[in-house]
Amino acid sequence: MNKQTRQEYIRGIRHGMPIGLGYFAVSFAIGITAKKAGITVYEATLMSLLNLTSAGQAAAITLIGVGTYIAELALTQLIINARYFLMSCSLSQRVSSDTPFYHRLLVAFGVTDEIFGISVAQHGYLKPAYNYGAMSVAIPGWCLGTALGVIFGEILPPMIVNCLSVALYGMFIAIIIPPTKKSRAVGAIVIVSMVLSFFMSVLPLVKEISSGFRIIIITVAVAAVAAVVAPVEDADER
Amino acid sequence: MLMNGKVLIYILVMALVTYLIRVLPFIIFRREIKNRFIRSFLYYVPYATLAAMTFPAILYSGGGVIAGAVALIVAVVLAFMGKSLFTVSASACGGALIVELILWWLL
Repeated sequence: MNKQTRQEYIRGIRHGMPIGLGYFAVSFAIGITAKKAGITVYEATLMSLLNLTSAGQAAAITLIGVGTYIAELALTQLIINARYFLMSCSLSQRVSSDTPFYHRLLVAFGVTDEIFGISVAQHGYLKPAYNYGAMSVAIPGWCLGTALGVIFGEILPPMIVNCLSVALYGMFIAIIIPPTKKSRAVGAIVIVSMVLSFFMSVLPLVKEISSGFRIIIITVAVAAVAAVVAPVEDADER
Repeated sequence: MLMNGKVLIYILVMALVTYLIRVLPFIIFRREIKNRFIRSFLYYVPYATLAAMTFPAILYSGGGVIAGAVALIVAVVLAFMGKSLFTVSASACGGALIVELILWWLL
């Protein structure tokens, strides 16, 4: 590892800390749900290690609990996790042409809402070492939280668990707010997306759509309109 | 029993689907996209996604709506001031916890 790569890796670890903490809290809650659905600590931990997706796993646990069809489980994951497709599309544009191919495969494994969030906030080309740094804190946090959730779920006061889960949203805010000072388009996107998201969560019929799918609809609509109204001039604006 | 065979299959299938969603764009889009609309679209995607995921979900994440709202305000103000990820995120948690403790003590 050369010096620059090591620095990126360490930076990734630092930025991954709040993610790991937030993941720990969220996956702890998922561990509790898993236990209720009759899933063992080994199964739940393996699921967390291989999937790394909160909404997807929460839905899967419910489905596994009632003994669903494999096809239904697969389709649910496809819909809930389709937003990662957009995120990976976005990130794929940041990979420099001299980056070895295997980095694409490894970075893809760690495309979560949060790791995506911090990696798009970096300037210039995607640095795989940075993503690996974040992943090496976030993934253990996610798995450990799940395991402990299954084992100790009922012991910890819910107040603490709830407050820890705010960490993830705090991080999203720290990512989307600063650029709004420089770009009016980004500011408008943030406000419009939040307003739409709110109305879609309360309006009859629309609120029946799964939250993962609602986010896809909002993302596609808002980003498409923004791309027409305020096209990005060149790569330097990233 | 360590693992149930059927549950293991469920886990592997969902892992495969989820990984394919994540990896396919990286394999398909090997070159930079030149189209201005698509480039702009992909540039704006994260802001729309993260904003939609944050609100209103943050209101219901901290236990109560008041705690969530306080966490939201604390985070937005600190983020606007340009504080680090960790500071913003930890302060939001702290804000939510303080509100919950006050409410618990009052009620």
